[in-house]
Amino acid sequence: MAESFAVYCRLAGANIRAQLQYRVSFVIDLTATFLLSFLDFLAVLILFHNVPRLAGWSVHEVAFLYGSSAIAFALAELLVGHSEQLAMRLRTGTFDVLLARPRGTLYQVAASELPLRRLGRVLQGLVVFLYALAGVNIDWTLGRVAMLFAMVPTGVLLFASMWVVALCLLFWTVDGNEFSNAFTYGGQTMTQYPIDIYGQWLRRFLAYLVPTAFVCYFPSLYLLGKNDPLGLPRIVQFIAPLVALASAAVAGLAWRTAVRHYRGAGG
Amino acid sequence: MRLDWEIAKRGWGRYAAYPAAAWAGAFTNCVFGFMQAYVLIALFRHRTDVGGYDVGDAVTYVWLAQGLLMTVYVFGWDELALRIRDGSIATDLSRPLNPQRYWLAFDLGRAPFHFIFRGIPPFLIGAFVFDLHYPTPPLAVAFVLSVFLAVVVSLGFRFLYNVAAFWIVDHRGVLRLSVTACLFFSGMTLPLAFFPHWLETFARLLPFASIVQVPIDVYLGKHTGLDLVWVLGVQASWAVALLAIGRVALTRGTRKLVVQGG
Repeated sequence: MAESFAVYCRLAGANIRAQLQYRVSFVIDLTATFLLSFLDFLAVLILFHNVPRLAGWSVHEVAFLYGSSAIAFALAELLVGHSEQLAMRLRTGTFDVLLARPRGTLYQVAASELPLRRLGRVLQGLVVFLYALAGVNIDWTLGRVAMLFAMVPTGVLLFASMWVVALCLLFWTVDGNEFSNAFTYGGQTMTQYPIDIYGQWLRRFLAYLVPTAFVCYFPSLYLLGKNDPLGLPRIVQFIAPLVALASAAVAGLAWRTAVRHYRGAGG
Repeated sequence: MRLDWEIAKRGWGRYAAYPAAAWAGAFTNCVFGFMQAYVLIALFRHRTDVGGYDVGDAVTYVWLAQGLLMTVYVFGWDELALRIRDGSIATDLSRPLNPQRYWLAFDLGRAPFHFIFRGIPPFLIGAFVFDLHYPTPPLAVAFVLSVFLAVVVSLGFRFLYNVAAFWIVDHRGVLRLSVTACLFFSGMTLPLAFFPHWLETFARLLPFASIVQVPIDVYLGKHTGLDLVWVLGVQASWAVALLAIGRVALTRGTRKLVVQGG
């Protein structure tokens, strides 16, 4: 375990050094990602330009959802969202190489890339989150502080699990990036607004089955002290870390199945 | 004309070769369509009219936008930029056909494929679940014409940011900037009518509005009579202007082009 981590750090270090070779290009890329992602948040502000509250949520409360989900999603994408490279490996059959090496395949896929430019998006999420914190009233208790600190790691684990399952789909669809996008980017979009605005079956499918509601909606109900308009048992507001662990287990199983399905391209 | 037709057929064929990809994409369009529709419905819980749209207009807008997403190809295209970077553009330039005309014809073959297979299925799903608005036959004709113009404006714009590859080594930054600006200011992210007044005015002065907002407004019957003629004229003018600038940029770029080896 410790050794695997050391190897990961070495690979990541090499990857980062490679990206920093063209320093100006890197800084421009990072800044552009940071600034451009605000256009995305601007859409939220524009909605609130038209109404003071959306389904009972103020602009700061929605920013709270948006910011925490953006941080978690960008980190998860940074760590495991390497779908294009995997799709290429599967198409050309070079996935074989990973099978021959003395490390887990998922580990190698995760370690293959670390596109730091996505940190720009993490930073944007952080800015939005701070904006939200400045405008919401939180009745701070020990439990809420703990929840605040648990929320991002939980969200990263949840989104990372979704990414892995989306990567698994590539083993069957080969060039099916678009299909996976519905679950990854779709899942992220889902978390940016209170889930009670969505139709019931969409919520069942893309908030509970794909457990996006646990990324920030349920924890935020507790943190912000809001009434649950769906009237679910109060416990759902606290079990996000457990759901995240369960999702990771499901993702691990899915990955094993997917790799077993892999046939290679001969040669 | 015969030549353009043959190229257009190849544009269609390129995408028709991957039917599974088209269905997968249409599925994703539906997922996003549902989410955006519910967000806007939540917005209309508090109001009956936003920027001249009622809730039916807004939901119809969402499904049309998802349907047009691929047709007007707002998510970025860098095939030409890649050919410029690796030097294949030299081959294209030695052909007795301007590359711009080639890509325009190719794109006009691609667009109908995406309109039919990526546009209509999500719209039908949306129509099945929500109360959408439907145009009168003359408006439907105007809509198709407006979509055609939108495709040309879009190609004109995409051609420009691709040609930038003559001057810059890494075209991806320009690509990302262009795509983001286009997604936002075209009305793909949110209808321009929901923007604050000053921002809407600014957005409507840009060519991007002609790519998504205008065709959808035509469909929704927001422009009638002379006003309709005017907006179609604006679209056509942007199409001509962007193609003209692209043509000049291509000539300039070609003049400084150096291809190694060969």
